[in-house]
Amino acid sequence: MRIQLKAFGICKDILGGRELTVEFDGETVADLRKDLTQKFREIEKLNSLLIAVNEAYAENDRVLKESDVIALIPPVSGG
Amino acid sequence: MIVITHNSIDIQNVIRSAESADAGALNVFIGTVRSKTGEKKVIRLEYEAYEPMAILELKKIIEVAKAKWNLKGWAISHRVGVLSVGDVAVAVAVSTAHRKESFEACQFIIDSLKQTVPIWKKEIFEGGEEWVSAHP
Repeated sequence: MRIQLKAFGICKDILGGRELTVEFDGETVADLRKDLTQKFREIEKLNSLLIAVNEAYAENDRVLKESDVIALIPPVSGG
Repeated sequence: MIVITHNSIDIQNVIRSAESADAGALNVFIGTVRSKTGEKKVIRLEYEAYEPMAILELKKIIEVAKAKWNLKGWAISHRVGVLSVGDVAVAVAVSTAHRKESFEACQFIIDSLKQTVPIWKKEIFEGGEEWVSAHP
């Protein structure tokens, strides 16, 4: 399926944009993280990468749908 | 009041928004842009947020704080965009019946914000730039 990704902070730099569409053959958040880490090796060097689905942090076993709003959340640093 | 703003933060407005006639204490935390990061001289900071989710996460933090400290009023304003040394990046204000809860709640809110709210800052310093906390 084709999924829409939002990328913030350093993820925006690594993926080369704030919004992008990618082809995804897996099912879960864990699959997506693995997929992205293989495509973008810089992700491995991060302290962490959380994934938000529909504006809330998602667990690894969350199953993704094409209509989901998916966001890549590198380590936050507000304040 | 919970806001992410592209403009400079009006601290008086944050305080007014947290006021309550039932409160005997109002505690404010103001986070500002420091001139140095380690030994490096900071030129500017660039903040960005995943705004709708940041607002939702801030609301969750307030819900937890309300349950724990019986807040009478609260306000959070976080700025995004390009900030210079001395600029206010974030202001948190809470009011409670007595001072102890207001200190504790205010600290809890800013500590939680730094841990869970999707906001990022890039430091631009002399000789380079870096997304804060991204790498070990």
